[in-house]
Amino acid sequence: MTVSPAVSGSLRNRLVLTLISGAALLAVLLFFAVRNYAAQVAQQGQDNILGASAASILDAAALRDGQLEIDIPYAAFSMLATPSDDRVFYAIFQDGAFISGYDDLQLTQGAADGNPTFEETEMRGERIRQVNAGRTLVGLGRQTEIEVALAQTQDALSETLDQISRNAAFLGLGFFVLTAALSFWVTSATIGQLNKLTTSVTRRGPQDLSPFRKPVPREMAPLVRSLNSLMGRLDQSLSQSEDFIAEAAHRVRTPLATVRSYAEATLQRVERKENREALRAMVRAIDESSRAAGQLLDHAMITFRADHLEREAIDLVALTRELVQRLTPIAEMKDLSLTLAGDPSVTYSGDPILLQNAVRNMVDNALKYAPPDSTVEINVAAKPNAQIKVKDSGPGFPPDEIDMLTRRFERGQNAAGTIGSGLGLTIAQDVATAHGGTLVLTNQPEGGACVILSL
Amino acid sequence: MCYLIALILLLLPQVAAAEDWEDRQVFNDTANGVQLRVISSTDTVLFAPFIEDFVAANPSVSVEYLVSGTADIYERVRATPEAFDVVISSAMDLQLKLANDGFALPLEDMPVPAWAQWHDSLFAFTSEPATIVVNRAAFEGQRIPETRQGLIEALRERPETFRGKVGTYDVRQSGLGYLFATQDARVSETYWRLMEVMGGLDVRLYCCSGDMIRDLADGKILVAYNVLGSYAAVQTEGQDTLTIILPSDFQTTMMRTVMVSVATRQPEAAELLTRYLVSNPTGSSESIPLPVLPKSGESEQEAIGLNPALLTYLDVLKRRKFISAWENAVIQ
Repeated sequence: MTVSPAVSGSLRNRLVLTLISGAALLAVLLFFAVRNYAAQVAQQGQDNILGASAASILDAAALRDGQLEIDIPYAAFSMLATPSDDRVFYAIFQDGAFISGYDDLQLTQGAADGNPTFEETEMRGERIRQVNAGRTLVGLGRQTEIEVALAQTQDALSETLDQISRNAAFLGLGFFVLTAALSFWVTSATIGQLNKLTTSVTRRGPQDLSPFRKPVPREMAPLVRSLNSLMGRLDQSLSQSEDFIAEAAHRVRTPLATVRSYAEATLQRVERKENREALRAMVRAIDESSRAAGQLLDHAMITFRADHLEREAIDLVALTRELVQRLTPIAEMKDLSLTLAGDPSVTYSGDPILLQNAVRNMVDNALKYAPPDSTVEINVAAKPNAQIKVKDSGPGFPPDEIDMLTRRFERGQNAAGTIGSGLGLTIAQDVATAHGGTLVLTNQPEGGACVILSL
Repeated sequence: MCYLIALILLLLPQVAAAEDWEDRQVFNDTANGVQLRVISSTDTVLFAPFIEDFVAANPSVSVEYLVSGTADIYERVRATPEAFDVVISSAMDLQLKLANDGFALPLEDMPVPAWAQWHDSLFAFTSEPATIVVNRAAFEGQRIPETRQGLIEALRERPETFRGKVGTYDVRQSGLGYLFATQDARVSETYWRLMEVMGGLDVRLYCCSGDMIRDLADGKILVAYNVLGSYAAVQTEGQDTLTIILPSDFQTTMMRTVMVSVATRQPEAAELLTRYLVSNPTGSSESIPLPVLPKSGESEQEAIGLNPALLTYLDVLKRRKFISAWENAVIQ
């Protein structure tokens, strides 16, 4: 029986979720980083133009005959043309007094110390970027301070920023989609290794407890190592217990034979009826024990041979015929007859000892349940595949137990009065499995059991 | 700014009288719907067909068409933006300054190429080069000059013929004259030499193109410099004594512009009229007998650019310097 393991979460989901949320976080970071940087660059661009424009106005200032003259170059405002037609404001101050331009544009103090200052402010309800720059003019015995405030609205800049934001968003989204797809792929590839291991564990035969040799990723090596070690211990303990059973059976069988011969001898000598009865019951019980021990031994032998199957070409018909000859005396003792029918010769490559053992158990079983004066039919056929069929006219298998009868020590409900260990069909089944075949138990429509060993 | 205002007020005493118009006409007087006040520098005769078209298409709108000089328009709109709905002027620099200073209402999706509009609020709808108009009689047997240099030589050759018979804008009074003068001066030194020569011939100075063209037609002057050729052609229709010269050395091309006053009381109707005006030239160019905007974008270089550089010569200090240089050349 396989017990479903308790499932808590999914490795795949956890991996995908972690990777995707990481990707989302990175995409958002990327978006803001790109946008921020581009915004800085764009603002720098506007500042540079504003600064150059202000510088060209200051350059055009001159004192002529003590009179201030500012011949604003055409390029000063021309360079401020933008695709969004940003509005331009300027103001020129001489020694702090407004002399030209827009008198509502405020000059920020501290502009005169050489370096232009930039600021973002508001004018006539619009956000503007303003540069303040100054210059000292020295004339004949006179010194005057010229300051220029130059401002521009930020329509073009915000349009550029919108565009950059859009592009950055696309970039982030693309990055996210790519990374998400990648994380799905990586997760599948990783989980795939686990699945591969699972498949190869599942596909193993029931007896296969040998260690895994296929290469696995380093991270999975500990798992495979402990799996191998578990299977090694299991294998060892299984073979130990098989050995133990075989040993025990063997040890029990020999003394039992001795006891039986003593009991037989004593039976010859005692006269009283109740004593004879008791001795006969004793002999029967000894037979049963001996048979069980024999079958346990057989079973152990079969388990061993099945693990190391050695095939050779044999004729199934000859094999069966020899068995029938051997069993005929036993059948006659029960007033039963054995018939062998089917193809004249069926060649098959298998282990003759195992196959003989399996067929003997099948026939034994039939002999046990067949009513007196009936026939047990044995049929060997080559088509559709090599198969040996044993039919009797006994009570048949109980229909609701038919699937369990091939398990070890499992006996039908109607077998109570019959000697048996419950290993016979198990042995036949193990042999069939070892050869890659099946053992099918059915009931004939006209009554009686039918066991088919298909190879 | 107050310097500029003071200067213009000083030089144009007639505009002080608030309702003193060069012309005033009401179209579709009987309409009981919206009344639009359009202030324009373009003579009524040139604009009437267009406005008649417009009121025919929008019978509920009546249009009061007021004509004044470009500088006067600028001052009036600055002083009372709520008194006008649509402002049309040929002085691109003054119009751009109005728009830059926030007197124009932004309009969305106007069918005007990017180079012919500014800040979605100022729209060009014609493209008119400045020309030299001469009376052919004065050049009988002589070659008619094709360049400014040629004109200078012709004037120098026969000063007695041209003394007192040459005319140009008084740049102190005319916004368009000032725009043409500054753009000419920006391109070539020839402008200053021409002004000196004209100053030496007792040049007649005009506040407005109408007067100049009238005197030209009457034979009072023989040569007029920086007149809108198309304008002159329309005004003097039928008089084949005049020759319009497109100077081949360089041309100064002005774009007539329209905007909706930011304080308009009829924004929908004003936008309707503006849209009708800027899209009309492609439809029926008959209604405005002025050269429409070139359709191809290549021609944009020919015209004065609609950009903040136009503010340069409006600076008080710059204007003072330019006017003083101009006076030195012209008034001798």
